[in-house]
Amino acid sequence: MKHAALQITTQGDRELVMTREFDAPRKLVYDAHTKPELVRRWLLGPDGWSMPICEMDVRVGGKYRWVWRHNTNGSEMGMGGTYREVKAPERLVATERFDEAWYPGEAQTTLVLVEKGGRTTLTQTMRYESKDAREAVIKSGMEKGVAASYDRLEGVLASAAQATR
Amino acid sequence: MHGPHRLDAIFAALADPTRRAIIARLASGQASVNELAQPFAMSQPAISKHLKVLERAGLISRGREAQRRPRRLEAKRLAEADKWLERYRRLWEGNYRRLDALLDELQTAGKERKQR
Repeated sequence: MKHAALQITTQGDRELVMTREFDAPRKLVYDAHTKPELVRRWLLGPDGWSMPICEMDVRVGGKYRWVWRHNTNGSEMGMGGTYREVKAPERLVATERFDEAWYPGEAQTTLVLVEKGGRTTLTQTMRYESKDAREAVIKSGMEKGVAASYDRLEGVLASAAQATR
Repeated sequence: MHGPHRLDAIFAALADPTRRAIIARLASGQASVNELAQPFAMSQPAISKHLKVLERAGLISRGREAQRRPRRLEAKRLAEADKWLERYRRLWEGNYRRLDALLDELQTAGKERKQR
């Protein structure tokens, strides 16, 4: 089944918003964001990384700690934070800070899940400490991207760029 | 407009499906407002509003022909927005594709349990 494309957009001065639809009830999507044994199977970033540390104490005030390791060169990247709001299966708010931050300060992420007809729309809002912090995130793209396929917007952008070149 | 303000304008402009469709249409060549309005069930003023948003973001511009004033795509600006988001998008699309597969697996496992 074709899944709705991932949309990323800016909101206000300091936020980035991602929206994506999943062909599953929201209880499962929520589980996949809150159970460590499930989180470590998908939240991996580019190919070639695994998640040796995935500790999550999902309750208000509870902490989480994630560490990724590159399978061949051994380099590591870690981050963690504190849960601020926990409302299964629809809402999860947490702070986040990377060990080697490339943006200033702490960010807050809000996950909202809305189910309709057995499908779930996920909205993830990242709120950064400043406008500059958000720009740093957008420009860095976090890590080298994998050769994943393009969604509709990217397709439109690419074909548009090509047609007018 | 410079820096973050310009970036905001571009992404806000691209967040709307009608405006993305207009961009896609202009990718195959310049077009008048009338021509752009045709495929959409929309009045000309409604389309003009969308065109204004795209114009303010620098994504399209107007030609000089007096009557038609055809709109055309500003590909450079589009490429700029694309480059900024590309790596970020790829990273998350990669994650979410794995999540799709995991959710399929969980649902299949759930159904099998029920059948037993």
